[in-house]
Amino acid sequence: MNTVVHSGAEGFLHRFEGLRARLPGQRLAWVQALREAAAAQFRAAGFPTRRVEAWKYTDLRPVSDAAFDEALTILGDGDTLPAPRGERRAVFVDGRFREELSQIEGAGFAVGSLAEELPRLEGRLGALARPAEEPLVALNTMLFEDGLVVTVPAGVAGGVLELRSLASRSERPSAFHPRHLIRLEAGASLTIVEEASGPEDTRYLHNPVFEIDLAEGAVLTHARIQREGVKGFQLGTVYARIESGATYDNFTLNAGARLVRNEIHAVLAGPKSACHMNGAQLLRGGQHADTTTVLDHAAPDCASRQTYKTVLQGKSRGVFQGKIHVHQVAQRTDGYQMNQALLLSPDAEIDSKPQLEIYADDVKCSHGATVGALDADQLFYLRARGIPEAKARSILVEAFLQEAIEGVTDETARAALESAVAGWWEKEAA
Amino acid sequence: MPAVAETLDTVQSVTEGTYKWGFETEIEMDFAPKGLNEDTVRFISAQKKEPEWLLEWRLKAFATWQKMQEPRWPAVKYPPIDYQDAYYYAAPKKKDGPKSLDEVDPELLKTYAKLGIPLKEQAILAGVEGAGDSPAEGGRMPIAVDAVFDSVSVATSYKERLAKDGIIFCAISEAVHEHPELVKQYLGTVVPPGDNFYAALNSAVFTDGSFVYIPKGVRCPMELSTYFRINAKSTGQFERTLIIADEGAVVSYLEGCTAPMRDENQLHAAVVELVALDDSQIKYSTVQNWYPGDAEGRGGIYNFVTKRAQCRGKRSKVSWTQVETGSAITWKYPSCVLLGDDSVGEFYSVAITNNHQQADTGTKMIHVGKRTTSTIVSKGISAGKGQNTYRGLVRVAPTASGARNFTQCDSLLIGDQCGAHTVPYIENRNMSAKVEHEATTSRIAEDQLFYCRQRGLSEEDAVGLIVNGFCREVLKELPMEFAVEAQKLLQISLEGSVG
Repeated sequence: MNTVVHSGAEGFLHRFEGLRARLPGQRLAWVQALREAAAAQFRAAGFPTRRVEAWKYTDLRPVSDAAFDEALTILGDGDTLPAPRGERRAVFVDGRFREELSQIEGAGFAVGSLAEELPRLEGRLGALARPAEEPLVALNTMLFEDGLVVTVPAGVAGGVLELRSLASRSERPSAFHPRHLIRLEAGASLTIVEEASGPEDTRYLHNPVFEIDLAEGAVLTHARIQREGVKGFQLGTVYARIESGATYDNFTLNAGARLVRNEIHAVLAGPKSACHMNGAQLLRGGQHADTTTVLDHAAPDCASRQTYKTVLQGKSRGVFQGKIHVHQVAQRTDGYQMNQALLLSPDAEIDSKPQLEIYADDVKCSHGATVGALDADQLFYLRARGIPEAKARSILVEAFLQEAIEGVTDETARAALESAVAGWWEKEAA
Repeated sequence: MPAVAETLDTVQSVTEGTYKWGFETEIEMDFAPKGLNEDTVRFISAQKKEPEWLLEWRLKAFATWQKMQEPRWPAVKYPPIDYQDAYYYAAPKKKDGPKSLDEVDPELLKTYAKLGIPLKEQAILAGVEGAGDSPAEGGRMPIAVDAVFDSVSVATSYKERLAKDGIIFCAISEAVHEHPELVKQYLGTVVPPGDNFYAALNSAVFTDGSFVYIPKGVRCPMELSTYFRINAKSTGQFERTLIIADEGAVVSYLEGCTAPMRDENQLHAAVVELVALDDSQIKYSTVQNWYPGDAEGRGGIYNFVTKRAQCRGKRSKVSWTQVETGSAITWKYPSCVLLGDDSVGEFYSVAITNNHQQADTGTKMIHVGKRTTSTIVSKGISAGKGQNTYRGLVRVAPTASGARNFTQCDSLLIGDQCGAHTVPYIENRNMSAKVEHEATTSRIAEDQLFYCRQRGLSEEDAVGLIVNGFCREVLKELPMEFAVEAQKLLQISLEGSVG
């Protein structure tokens, strides 16, 4: 049998044609309508090129030039699941929920698979995502097969939930597009520790979309550890809507993948809400990592804090684009954003575009950016005290990253991030 | 907050009456036929009796322009421009061109007198007594002025005094005839004709502008200045300025501009090219005061300008200082390409938008040479319904070891109808380079206002004082004569909102 291998946008559209009848929700008119609209949008837009301002620094050709198969969802024999971080965890393999590997009983709130919950998600799925504006979100909407659905009832302290995404080893590149829906009702709280990883020798695309809505006074800590395999691609988009008095605390660690885009759209929709977006990118070899944040201050008296740090080795390239948009109603906004990069190699490159767009006058907004090598004076100071150069460098790099991690108040989340950073650095020193 | 409410009321009360340069001079003019095509380009070239190579250069630029798209990325909004509905050449009627100032049309002289621009040699800017020929004589420093009226340069003062030092300061159309080798060598080498939409348009139809050449080792003995005036209706002004500082030369150049008040929008698309060779220094200061339109946003100049410097020589330095108070729309990014090792680029800017004004301005610092340094200080003030955007690029090439940049962008908002935006791009490809950027946006602090008012200052004076303090870092970079004018202008631009 001859098979024609399609790559790029055409490949995914072709796959959508073939899979249409087998995708979850094929009997639900509203799901079908969402998928068809997204397919039309993706067909019209294709993969964004660097001529699109939001993609100026990230070239998606390594992704769009590749051909991807449908993921087979088999956990390879050689793959062992790491020990759980907490009592509850939801495990996804190739974007599909694996109940037998997960532990979600007795959570005290609803956790489940999107594929199963789909009939009850009309109006919720797609409420925040904007496939018309982001082609990769259109791609996700067109082809999502599963995802995590979490609903924490009002006033419930949900504790820690681990979200694990694994990619299985495969001869042929695979792609998966999970859609995760997280809802915290009034006064609820939850910590999600998310970790994505995959085999080092397989090319795959992980294209997750999160829709997070936080009702009045809810608090969500979302720690993300991205350690995809070195041939993997992760193009992720997070949408968060934060109602009055609620807090969204996001920390993203980018340490893996050949190419990663971490895009976050957060809307401070109610008065006195808060958003913290922090992150670190640890890059080596030919890795490319792009963190793009869009923070909308759409209500008065809100506060936002962002600190992003990038450490670059080898021929890696780091990108940070951060936009703070203060709407006219958003008086007494307090916005702060800092992004810093440490270049440890003559061949590395960092591109940074912090951006303020302000339409309210009673605001306090600032951003800062610094780029440079390790400070020679600081190195000298440590070495003068008998610390070997390699150790001195690692002390300085750790201190540089610490500032971003310190912002994470949840202890489980912070410990997970700290050990991930330490693991990266050990590998680097070895 | 009654103080703010009052401020807003006064901002709204500002009308076109405050633009004091809005008169029109009645003078006989020669026009090119309306519209833009190859014949317009040929007409302009013929009017200037240009050599063949320049006509060809223009036609090539025109062909390029026809294939280009107007940029849509700036954060400014305006109705589509009909490029066929404008005159591309307008010159005061003259017989053979004035041999001296005495032959210049008295109406023109009156115009410049009214604007306070000294065309008469040894005269100096209004309000300062004791004009002298050089500082050595104990008087104030004289200023050599090139006056550009619509499409042509009408007078250039102090030419002979400058010629003694080998300095060339004349209209660029004159330089094409008198110093073709220099013009040919440098024209379009910093801003190539196809650089961008407006630069291509300018290259095709530029009419006049200033040409400056400072020879090796010469420190220009006085400030050089060009004064641009758009007068005729439905015309665009497309001037082109070229300044070359040879090895070790030092020059300070000032530029001012005004236009009559009209309901229509007029286009100003200039190109400025600066070339700095080894150890030379160019200081380029602008006080931009084109007609900004009325309180409802009718009329005003579209100021779409390309300004760029190449620091070609080692240890060369270019410093841009701009005070942007006028124009309905400003689109302008004076930039430095730092090619020579140890070269220095600076950009100091104050941009004010009031009423319906929009400004999208900033700079590009391209670090190529080793140990190149750049400093960017930008102060944006938005009032009324004004929109003010800082857009800038700092790029460090892999070759620029030890490069250093510091950028500071501060925005001040007065009133809740305006906007302030910051869009910096930082691209670093050299690990030994250090780039720092910081930006803040805030409004005038209540406690600062309270402190001033408590000491008996009116609210307007207090706001004026605070704004002047906010801009001080930039204003102190201006040559003295200009600093006085700029401070006055700052007050008038924000009259009502900042006294």
